[in-house]
Amino acid sequence: MHVPFCQRRCGYCAFATWSGLSHLWARYVRACRLEVARAVEEGLGPATSVFFGGGTPSLLPAEMLTGLLGDLCSGLGLATGAEVTVECNPETLTPQLLRAYRQGGVTRLSFGVQSMVPHVLASLGRDHRPGSVVRAAAWAGEAGFEGAYSVDLIFGAAGEAMGDWEASLLGVLALDPPPVHVSAYALSVEPGTALARQPDRRPDDDDQARKYALADEVLASAGLEWYEISNWARPGAECSHNLLYWSQGEYIGIGAAAHSHRVLPGGRARRWWNVAQPERYCQRLEAGRAAEAAGETLGPAERQWEGLVLALRTRTGVPAGALAPEVLESGLVELRPVGPPVAGRPAATRAVLTLQGRLLANEVSLRLQAGAQGQLHRPRPEAASGAMVPLVP
Amino acid sequence: MRQTGGRMSDTGPAPATVDQTRIRNLSIVAHIDHGKSTLSDRILELTGAVSPREMRDQYLDSMDIERERGITIKAQNVRVRWKGYTVHLIDTPGHVDFSYEVSRSLAACEGVVLLVDAAQGIEAQTLAHAYLALEHNLEILAVLNKIDLPAADPERCAAEIETVLGIPASQILRVSAKTGEGVAELLDAICERIPAPAGDPSAPLQALIFDSYYDQYRGVVSAVRVVNGVLCTGAKLRFMQTGRTHEAEELGVRLPAPTEVGALGPGEVGYLIAGIKDVGEARSGETVTEAARPAQEPLAGYREPKPMVFCGLYPTDGDDFEALRDSLEKLRLSDSSISFTPETSAALGFGFRCGFLGLLHMDIVRERLEREFGLSLIATAPSVEYLARLTDGTTARLHSPAEMPPPQRIAQVEEPYVQATMLLPAESTGTVMELCQGRRGEMVRMEYLSPERVELVYKLPLSEVVMDFFDALKSRTRGYASLDYEPAGFVPGDLVKVDILLNSVPVDAFSAIVHRSDAAEHGRRMAEKLRELIPRQLFDVPIQAAAGGRIIARETVKAKRKDVLAKCYGGDITRKRKLLEKQKEGKKRMKSIGRVEVPQEAFIQALRLDS
Repeated sequence: MHVPFCQRRCGYCAFATWSGLSHLWARYVRACRLEVARAVEEGLGPATSVFFGGGTPSLLPAEMLTGLLGDLCSGLGLATGAEVTVECNPETLTPQLLRAYRQGGVTRLSFGVQSMVPHVLASLGRDHRPGSVVRAAAWAGEAGFEGAYSVDLIFGAAGEAMGDWEASLLGVLALDPPPVHVSAYALSVEPGTALARQPDRRPDDDDQARKYALADEVLASAGLEWYEISNWARPGAECSHNLLYWSQGEYIGIGAAAHSHRVLPGGRARRWWNVAQPERYCQRLEAGRAAEAAGETLGPAERQWEGLVLALRTRTGVPAGALAPEVLESGLVELRPVGPPVAGRPAATRAVLTLQGRLLANEVSLRLQAGAQGQLHRPRPEAASGAMVPLVP
Repeated sequence: MRQTGGRMSDTGPAPATVDQTRIRNLSIVAHIDHGKSTLSDRILELTGAVSPREMRDQYLDSMDIERERGITIKAQNVRVRWKGYTVHLIDTPGHVDFSYEVSRSLAACEGVVLLVDAAQGIEAQTLAHAYLALEHNLEILAVLNKIDLPAADPERCAAEIETVLGIPASQILRVSAKTGEGVAELLDAICERIPAPAGDPSAPLQALIFDSYYDQYRGVVSAVRVVNGVLCTGAKLRFMQTGRTHEAEELGVRLPAPTEVGALGPGEVGYLIAGIKDVGEARSGETVTEAARPAQEPLAGYREPKPMVFCGLYPTDGDDFEALRDSLEKLRLSDSSISFTPETSAALGFGFRCGFLGLLHMDIVRERLEREFGLSLIATAPSVEYLARLTDGTTARLHSPAEMPPPQRIAQVEEPYVQATMLLPAESTGTVMELCQGRRGEMVRMEYLSPERVELVYKLPLSEVVMDFFDALKSRTRGYASLDYEPAGFVPGDLVKVDILLNSVPVDAFSAIVHRSDAAEHGRRMAEKLRELIPRQLFDVPIQAAAGGRIIARETVKAKRKDVLAKCYGGDITRKRKLLEKQKEGKKRMKSIGRVEVPQEAFIQALRLDS
């Protein structure tokens, strides 16, 4: 569920979100309910997870959000133990809102914290103070979200020293109750954002690499293990909604700019996305039309390669055969046996990114060879290895 | 081309139809932007050659590149009528690269109109052409143009012309080609002051080819000026330089539309089509005579075109090598001064080492290859021809740094020098002299044309001039300098080859021959530039510059530690996949040198002169 509204836009953000559209909120939620109804008509099965993302879903009055969730539950149904997450801006939360979420069926919160250091928050253009985060965590605990909330952090803002980043990491780990899940994102420069127009404020790759390594170390020592490039969690607290994305599961996106994915017969799949502008989105649904703006159909080879790219980013890794020996030996991945031997065949060996490899995941992705899936050993390429990109001198 | 109907009979020579005493042949000589094309346009209008309805700007400049750059590369010649006179306007290329072509065009004239912008004053090339005209004993009509401009200073400009060329200021005409003011008076002055052509109609034929171009339907079309005798359609002609015989298939004049005539008599200018397929067989300076009654001597002044500047041209897509060869061959049909031989570069693949008359010529050829033939090219840095005197007593001509023999086999290397003439504002003299000294120049002469303008003459190594000398000159004079140069022989120099090594592997495309005193600076600049251009790899990449077996500069591209870590949720997956697909495609187009992936763009940028 995409909620494309924010109180103000952050300078680094390239998401489909708007400020100053509060007059559209009610109309927008009605349009979303129409889209849910269309999905119900299509005969989709019960949802295994729901994610309210944005934008700032917590800006909406609680009853709007829970009403939408209610429609979904009564229409499609919700699988047992389904995870229902709402992204929240800590600055605008209230204990009442969190209690209403809990009562309305929300099981998990995700706080957009970004930093626990005031001057870094200012540099990012965020409007909250670290104190709001401490307060929001306490309220979350009181409302029944202890052990069920995550925080988002961003590293690499202009003026952020290594000590600032460490303070942010330690700051969120010291929250009471503590988060069981942390997403730490390298600040990236997206075209068209305010940040893109300020070259002197751009993050430095080497600085971000050091900060990533620090995050991994600090979070791991607090019992949060990395399970995807930008995500760490207590075992069992991984975000099942995101795991669905990375395993090429099926999902339906409701709302402006939301993306959907359906698997088709024959190893193919279709992705599509809705119109981005909230008013146009409303008009489409009010006119009884689908909100789809465009889409693509993936053939088996494309889909297979995409599957490898996504899996590579996770702790699951890819079949070792999908990478050439020189990549396997490069130090960017490590081999891990996965599962017990089955029917006399050896355990599958998977290649999983190392810390260095996570930082260079694109480089490894570019060397993934679709079609090699399931192959455990490939003959070492002879002189013809010129087709491979050199990895080391 | 046959717009006047049927071919004239070829039973015997047709009489020349134009009264020789009323022919005036002249060339308009002007600096770029001083208004030659506009003046030509006005003359075409005023003489009724082109009706106002047909008129368009730069009527005579037919190539796109000419219109865009405002320069004339291939001359266009036109015949107009004025008060009973037949006036041939003989166009000249307006750039230093084509000075030989200019001299051939002037050989077809009895006079020149020296057109000078009244706001700018005379420029170096115009002056060089004026000197050429004096050498040919031509009548010079000095004309100040753009007198309508508020910034015009005709008094100062006239005084300057009087100082440098000895033409009394009082005789200098003033026109505005834009408004047409003074153009009729100029035409009158042309008829009064430029002498009629001499020439004996009964003598054996001597006609000068002063320009040729290739027409895809008619083959080579040559501009000719008959000096003696009569050139007739159907005549068997002997081309005295090539020694070959061709038939005069068609003769004509441009009014400016090509119009067939049966014969051209002494003093007449027109075009000749003789079934020739390659302009190399009808070069500027060629003398045409009749096979049956040949002239004793060819006309004086013929010279083989000699390339001055060389560079490697490589197709960005290796599959286009044959297409590049075809295109160069086709281009040579219309421009015989291009030379090319295949060469191979480990970095750039298969390409050609090409020779050009100068830098502009190089740019134009490259642009025509890309525009007219749809090729995408990488050009290596321009270089000049060096002479290596070897220890075994032989001499090697080097057109590329790759051809440089090992140092122990070389007794001496010689490099081409030019004599460069620069006209500049007096206040820039110091800074320009500094520039010339910095480029290993030796001052020959310095002269004040007026209190504000100075003529500086330097002997300079051509290699220094072809690099970015003109740009440096312009920037030091805020655009108010002009430059002309002519070859001044080979001079021994302390020259070394600088190699650039990427991850310890030399990259041939980046090698250069430079003066020993510049080697360290050149190496440092290249290494720094490449450090910026080569993307970080998964390992440290040393970039070294080496000369004479020593490393003279070193930079390192530090290993890449992180690529994009952007989030990748439901809405990001399509974009992520497309980004990776694009990067994968990009990797395929990279050259791998010493296991370093170098994007093609890095080659292009590194080989650019201005960065």
